[in-house]
Amino acid sequence: MTKALSQMTIHELHELLKKRAVSSREITQAVYQRIDAVEPRVHAYITLTRETALKQAAAADEKTKQGTIQPLTGIPLAIKDLLCTAGIRTTCGSKILEQFIPPYNATVISRLKEQRAVLVGKTNMDEFAMGSSTETSYFGPTANPWDLERVPGGSSGGSAAAVAADECIAALGTDTGGSIRQPAACCGIVGMKPTYGRVSRFGLIAFASSLDQIGPMTKDVTDTALLMNYISGHDPRDSTAVNREVPDYTRALIPDAKGLRLGVPREYFGASGIDPEVEKAVWEALRILERQGATLTEITLPHTEYAVAAYYLIAPAEASSNLARYDGVKYGYRHPKETDLRDMYEITRAEGFGAEVKRRIMLGTYALSAGYYDAYYRKASQVRTLIRQDFEEAFKACDLIVTPTAPTPPFRQGEKLNNPLQMYLSDIFTIPANLAGLPGISIPCGLSSRGLPIGLQIIGNLFEEEKIIHGAYCLEQNSDWHLTKPSLA
Amino acid sequence: MRYETIIGLEVHAQLLTDSKIFCGCSTRFGEGPNSNTCPVCLGMPGVLPVLNRKVVELTIKAALAANCQIVRYSQFSRKNYFYPDLPKGYQISQYELPIARGGYIELEMDHGQSKKKIDLNRIHMEEDAGKLLHELDGVPADHSYVDFNRTGVPLIEIVSEPHINTPEEAGEYLRILRSMLQYLEVCDGNMEQGSFRCDANISLRPKGAPVLGTKVEIKNMNSFRNVMRALEYETGRQSSLLESGEKILQETRLWDVNQGITESMRSKEEAHDYRYFPDPDLVPLVIDDAWIDEIRSTLPELPREKKERFVKEYALPEYDAAILTATRQLADYFEECVRLGPQPKVVSNWIMGDILRHVPDTRDISQFPVTPSHLAEMLLMVDKGTISGKIAKIVFEEMVASGRMPQFIVAEKGLVQVSDEGALEKAIQEVLNANADQVEQYRQGKEKVFGFLVGQVMKATKGKANPQVVNELLKKMLAG
Amino acid sequence: MKITKHDVEHVARLARLRFSEDQLDLFTDQLNTILTDFDKLQQLDTTGVEPSTHAANLSNAFRDDQIRPSLAGEEALKNAPAHERSCFKVPRIIEG
Repeated sequence: MTKALSQMTIHELHELLKKRAVSSREITQAVYQRIDAVEPRVHAYITLTRETALKQAAAADEKTKQGTIQPLTGIPLAIKDLLCTAGIRTTCGSKILEQFIPPYNATVISRLKEQRAVLVGKTNMDEFAMGSSTETSYFGPTANPWDLERVPGGSSGGSAAAVAADECIAALGTDTGGSIRQPAACCGIVGMKPTYGRVSRFGLIAFASSLDQIGPMTKDVTDTALLMNYISGHDPRDSTAVNREVPDYTRALIPDAKGLRLGVPREYFGASGIDPEVEKAVWEALRILERQGATLTEITLPHTEYAVAAYYLIAPAEASSNLARYDGVKYGYRHPKETDLRDMYEITRAEGFGAEVKRRIMLGTYALSAGYYDAYYRKASQVRTLIRQDFEEAFKACDLIVTPTAPTPPFRQGEKLNNPLQMYLSDIFTIPANLAGLPGISIPCGLSSRGLPIGLQIIGNLFEEEKIIHGAYCLEQNSDWHLTKPSLA
Repeated sequence: MRYETIIGLEVHAQLLTDSKIFCGCSTRFGEGPNSNTCPVCLGMPGVLPVLNRKVVELTIKAALAANCQIVRYSQFSRKNYFYPDLPKGYQISQYELPIARGGYIELEMDHGQSKKKIDLNRIHMEEDAGKLLHELDGVPADHSYVDFNRTGVPLIEIVSEPHINTPEEAGEYLRILRSMLQYLEVCDGNMEQGSFRCDANISLRPKGAPVLGTKVEIKNMNSFRNVMRALEYETGRQSSLLESGEKILQETRLWDVNQGITESMRSKEEAHDYRYFPDPDLVPLVIDDAWIDEIRSTLPELPREKKERFVKEYALPEYDAAILTATRQLADYFEECVRLGPQPKVVSNWIMGDILRHVPDTRDISQFPVTPSHLAEMLLMVDKGTISGKIAKIVFEEMVASGRMPQFIVAEKGLVQVSDEGALEKAIQEVLNANADQVEQYRQGKEKVFGFLVGQVMKATKGKANPQVVNELLKKMLAG
Repeated sequence: MKITKHDVEHVARLARLRFSEDQLDLFTDQLNTILTDFDKLQQLDTTGVEPSTHAANLSNAFRDDQIRPSLAGEEALKNAPAHERSCFKVPRIIEG
């Protein structure tokens, strides 16, 4: 059975484009046909840019004819709706930015444009990336293509669902506490959060500036390596983007695992709240890697149990400040009635933000406020240091750390919406890498008895994305979970 | 009861950079509203600040000149509060780890008779906020309007310890600080355009009391004179309150220049809680010795040192030296002129007497049509007797008007001094003939008439006669 | 109770948010649950531990003092809810 164009990967399509066996226009049209067919059920997108996409595709085809095709030329990609796109509204999943049209591109968008990639649309997300289920979007929830009753994870749930449902070839997401990896796990795709500073944050609408990072969400590890090649690198507009050479990540696509020392952290297994099916799938994957030449070592990350608390103080504290700019003065929603200044602020913000965003603004404001700063924000920042030190220690004994991505397969819509603390625990395995700035990937490693995807997380040391890609590629080449597709007919 | 006044000053000085502190927008003053704005200084979603290196360098320069310690590891923090002129909802400033600590400014009070060091607490960098307008076309409007051109303009805040005890000391502190920053070319010191602003904290305590009284913050003083007047007023207000047994409220008061009083800003609905925390969008600033030394090597001679040198090197009175060194540009003008030969005191007299009349702001003296070399040439002509001192005044005014070289003016207008005895004898004889009565009076012993006769000769020669030669010849001819 | 309804009201004012009575009760309750759980951080002795602001050890990122083009024309005001004469328009603010 031949694959439909929309089902293919970047590298497969690039080969076809290069041979001129297919045009970008045809691929783009195929993607929109797929969108027309499944989007009403999945709702992966907030904004579709069909007209400009077809123009971009035509321009890409023109370049290809001229013989200047690049690896992403003509490939239809989806972009999480908190990456600014010049002239295309960028909502962050929020009412407060419903009408916001940025006059600038995020650096990653400029880089994709240089490659002449095609922008399919802006994907749905938890409002301001605050959530683990894509249910807090002002534009309504996204469904998990594997089970429409379930959440796709979050906050990059729209990007994950769009990739899984073949509504794009690949996507970009952002990850502050697991927002790429956890939805990737929920939707059975590959998602990578790079090292903090590897990819420019310029144009990424901030949730928590010291944790946010942009990364690829793809159908396989090769595509992740390819996208990493083109989104990474120094940017004079981001002080935290590291000036460090970008390797060719595709050189790390090595099918065996010889020489890789895998650390298995004892704190991530047998923990309360972890589904035994998830644990089983991860162990099976570890055995595959072991058979391919990797060695396993038990390691310890003793401060793991404090990570969620530290994260949910630091991230909301930064968010409370980052979201102060939405005040109805310069852009975005303003309460329509003439009011005094305080009413303008308070009613605008009360109406413009959803419940979870307000909850985190409150939590963060409190953590920074006079009398509580030391006990909350400062304490959490100190714990962050301890968590970083845990990893430094652990990486003395191993190259990569392997864990489940999420404690459970995707949960039902509404299941955790009214229990914030339960929702926060969905990120329990992904948060530590953000706190420590480390790169991590989630790749499919099995299906639950209900047929729901399970993800495996590989965490690497700072700027060691290549090792992660190596390990992930080896697992992918020796299993076929990435070929299993949701049955969305 | 006798009270002691305790004053601390917070000065905000705008740094002389071309572009803003965190983006490439221009810092120019007086442009159309919101024309110098970009996504970064408008606080649009997703944009990030990147620090202007020159801001750091100018700050270090000011800090070194003020004898501060440069903090090797400093960082920016966010000061969170809502106000429409603050686009991000926070101001990027420095809090826990400012770039400079300590240091002092030395005051000279009573015309240099007594000296006093005012310690500094810190100097830190921050961004300015925007501007709110409450009227349109000069008429109060029913809305307020925001112009973000100033947003992100780089400032340093110089915070003194509360070691100032009188309004006069406050005035002197500000004068010295401003002239220092101007010398360093760190700040233009323009108070009207807001590039040098001052807020004051003032409290009173019974003389000798160990604890400080409740302090009041005073804002909205836009000149040195107003700072001194406001502090004077506030000292009086607080002491009469204390005298009558009333409590001082800790508050912020605004100086009302028209009424000459301070007025309470209505107490805010809530106490400020700025929730400072390190700005995660910016990385820490690490300053090493090499960088500090490099900047130190660019420090110019500062006003105090320069003044002392002028007194010593040019044998000038303190008074002259103080005026000549008030700005770096004027001091340079003086030295450039003296270097070419004229007597320093003569140059000083000309600058203080004739030049300052034409140059209201001596920082602009490079625009003055009489260059130091032209002035020097003219003074040397006086020295050599080519022109008289009196003619020099005429030549000078012509130089101011035309910007031409003194030689040309003197030659063209035939202003060269006449010292030729033959020619002068002829002129004197004519004067003696015409004033026979006065000659007679002189010869009878009325010596006062001599001056009158000299005057007549000068008049007859249109001021070009060499007065010394005229004196001698006249005496001889009257005697003969 | 870690955080009272009164605290929640105060924090809401600081954050320029406004809640109904019901929302206040709910938020007080939820924030309490969360903060009580986060109290586990207090068990850790962090004496002498430097706080981490960033995950990476970065320092000194600068730009040169060069003017770059500002937004052209009225571009700055394009997304503004209200503007007039090149200014952003807000409710009248009484100063002082």
